[in-house]
Amino acid sequence: MGKTRVETKINGEQMEFLCEPQQSMLDVLRDTLGLTGTKEGCATGDCGACSVMLDGRLICSCLMLAVESNGRQLTTIEGISRGETLHPIQQKFLQHAALQCGICTPGFVVAAKALLDENPNPTEEEIRYHLAGNLCRCTGYDKIIRAVQDAAQTLRGEAS
Amino acid sequence: MSEARDYKVIGTRVVRPDGVDKVTGRANFGADFSLPGMLYGKVLRSPHAHARIKKIDTDAAAKIEGVYAIVTGADFPKVGHEEITGGEGAGDFADLATNVMARDKVVYHGHAVAAVAAKTSAIADAALAAIKVDYEQLAPVMDLDTAMADNATLIDERLFTAGLPEKPTKPSNVAAYMEFKRGDIAQGFAQADVVVEGTYRTPTVHQGYIEPHACVASINQGGQATIWCCTQGHFDVRSMTSKVLGMNVADIRVIPSEIGGGFGGKTTIYLEPVAMVLSKKSGRPVKMTMTRDEVFRASGPASATKCTIKIGAKKDGTFTAMSAWLAYEAGGYKGSSMAPGAMCVFAPYVVPHFLIQGYDVLVNKPKVAAYRAPGAPQSMYACESLIDDLARQLKIDPIDLRLKNAVSAGSQAAYGPKFNAVGFKECLEAAKKHPNYTKKLGPNEGRGLAAGFWFNAGMQSSAEVHINENGTVTVVEGSPDIGGSRASMALMAAEELGVPYERVRVVVADTENAGYNNVTGGSRVTFATGMAVIQAAGDIIAQCKQRAAATWGIEADLVDWKDGEAIPKPGVNADVKPLTLAQIAANSGRTGGPLLGRASLNARGAGPGFSINMADVRVDPETGKVDVLRFTAIQDAGKAIHPAYVEGQMQGGAVQGIGWALNEEYIYDSKGVMQNAGFLDYRMPVASDLPMIDTQIIEVPNPSHPYGVRGVGEVPIVAPLAAVANAVRAATGIRIPDLPLSPPRVLAALEAAKA
Repeated sequence: MGKTRVETKINGEQMEFLCEPQQSMLDVLRDTLGLTGTKEGCATGDCGACSVMLDGRLICSCLMLAVESNGRQLTTIEGISRGETLHPIQQKFLQHAALQCGICTPGFVVAAKALLDENPNPTEEEIRYHLAGNLCRCTGYDKIIRAVQDAAQTLRGEAS
Repeated sequence: MSEARDYKVIGTRVVRPDGVDKVTGRANFGADFSLPGMLYGKVLRSPHAHARIKKIDTDAAAKIEGVYAIVTGADFPKVGHEEITGGEGAGDFADLATNVMARDKVVYHGHAVAAVAAKTSAIADAALAAIKVDYEQLAPVMDLDTAMADNATLIDERLFTAGLPEKPTKPSNVAAYMEFKRGDIAQGFAQADVVVEGTYRTPTVHQGYIEPHACVASINQGGQATIWCCTQGHFDVRSMTSKVLGMNVADIRVIPSEIGGGFGGKTTIYLEPVAMVLSKKSGRPVKMTMTRDEVFRASGPASATKCTIKIGAKKDGTFTAMSAWLAYEAGGYKGSSMAPGAMCVFAPYVVPHFLIQGYDVLVNKPKVAAYRAPGAPQSMYACESLIDDLARQLKIDPIDLRLKNAVSAGSQAAYGPKFNAVGFKECLEAAKKHPNYTKKLGPNEGRGLAAGFWFNAGMQSSAEVHINENGTVTVVEGSPDIGGSRASMALMAAEELGVPYERVRVVVADTENAGYNNVTGGSRVTFATGMAVIQAAGDIIAQCKQRAAATWGIEADLVDWKDGEAIPKPGVNADVKPLTLAQIAANSGRTGGPLLGRASLNARGAGPGFSINMADVRVDPETGKVDVLRFTAIQDAGKAIHPAYVEGQMQGGAVQGIGWALNEEYIYDSKGVMQNAGFLDYRMPVASDLPMIDTQIIEVPNPSHPYGVRGVGEVPIVAPLAAVANAVRAATGIRIPDLPLSPPRVLAALEAAKA
């Protein structure tokens, strides 16, 4: 089967790559483009470790074909921080010890960013439902929820 | 232990040193590593739960373009029987070898029967599909009752039960029997005013780490090999791989990646020797990763169990006798966590007369692996459920009943030793005072409480402390960091040396760059590897005192170390200025060379850990769904080096335990094929299922550690099962003895009670 040429913008940078028609976005990110910050936990859309944003919308990159990204914009964990500074969500994850092993963390950071982009002042319940597609087996979610609450406060410009 | 001291950095909530890389996606986990020219390895797995392999035909697969190597059991050496020690699970190297790649028989659905290495993963899939295997199917043995029945189908015809008082005359599926007893059990029950008894079952559950097993193996034509993998113990990967492949230990270098969860499940090997043999045959590096489906079907879950507990007590609640009959599924090969389950079952209580009997039983499921306090959650779920019923029957508050029988310093543990200082009573007292214990409950709501216990391990660790030329500190250790242990190592080194935390960096080094370390397991790293770091820092301090003494022209025993500086001891008449670590380091070339501290130990005196958990639940009478409204975890940590990560262990363990109690289970069809091998149907708790998890750290120092540290990682998963089940009992008035308390089971119980 021939490969398809795809042009897409990833983390603000114009990229092009060749892929098999059946290859997932996740596989191309990790294996072709070397963006291994996006993790694979299940490849069936159940764990959220591969969360990325497609045109600003949260998706599981394992459930998307790479060819579908043609002409669109992707944000991965590598595009969350800018230059020398961590994004407030990342800072709050560190301050609140909201990670233990860290394998789910990139997915949670991306999913939290998608939430706060849309809803700057979510309730605890809204955060819990929004993040229900991201599995964490280490933390019991408590410190993750608190980190997202605190990051939301910081992003709203309120002192935490 | 030293006198109570004022800590400078111990107990603070610093940012972990590996944190930035983990929130930005830079950290490299098992599947993130690649090499040029690398091939992709995949495993062909048995479609049957129990079968003899008659023939494997790989000819067609070998002809596919892009296939570089195919291996079957015939490519692996025969390995003799030898007990596996040092890890967290029980087992035998001969079984480990055939678990990694089946030889004449498959003993569970998903058992590896062949593997290929190919240019792409799609070609590898095509090659697997082209391999033909002839099986002679055998009846699958899928539960304890079937496996232990008199005329059961035998999974291993050569297996005779070990540990029985009389040598058995015929083989069976029971691999081992174990017994602990004290006093006269009949007399103990005769003394009781009340005797209660219950039988409880727990299902097969998985650790559920989010990162699937992954490795890259590369071996050269001279036989020297490197493995990159995610593991809880790279030295164990080395020793196990060397045994399974008959290789020289010194020829295998294992480089651990970051590890995406393990909970005991990554203390053994699956892919590593297979990738190695594929690499050898192909002459190329080979990468292998499990799919989630493979993780469920072919890595080691935790034992399903059947436990019968009997307790005799006086009217005032004093226990007079306890007995436990415990059967644990081992999977297709012997070696469940029955022994620690048996040792833990009555550990929190003073019992004058008891009898504990344990059975390790083969079934046609994947060979179990360690899962966080292996064995304890199951047996203690049974015991703590029965104690709850006893408290209700005696009309005694469940905390008071436990307090009346609780062990403390000097009590003889049911499993043998006398306890040193332990914090069980302190946890119970804290629970009693906790505001969550008296919060008002609404309709269909109930509160449950249970105790947890785990021994905690010591074992072998080593560490080096290097002082860099500007006085900064590099700690080199060999315990994979699974939940923030680099931070606790850095805190301990900083505390000991008297330097700021930020000046210490910690490296988890590979098998060629760190001294030997046992596995990251048994809640031992902060305790034992931490002790090695403290001792290595002490070695540095001793050297610094000598360097300062030489500089000052006085005897080394006249020098003190305080707040990161060498100073003359009080009363020593020397006109000198204190020397900081940085000054001594800068001058080290003139005083004897680089400052290198080392320690190596087999840590004794791991402090046992106790906990009390309280759960408030609401049971929906229409659907049987159980919601956890509040959860309170109280645990003795000895001394919390980094309190946020101690809380994190307590919260994470609580939620794994809640999942075990409410939803998680392997569901099999009649042929022994797992029906829910994915995260959609194997339902682990998600954020919207849960409340915040309240924590309270109790600190009763462990006398065997310089700072009083006890292990904290495993205790948290033990109590939640019974805490939740006891809450459901309180909410519904019905004792449902079998887990999980999933909606269909709870609804059936509610409807049966109505009828």
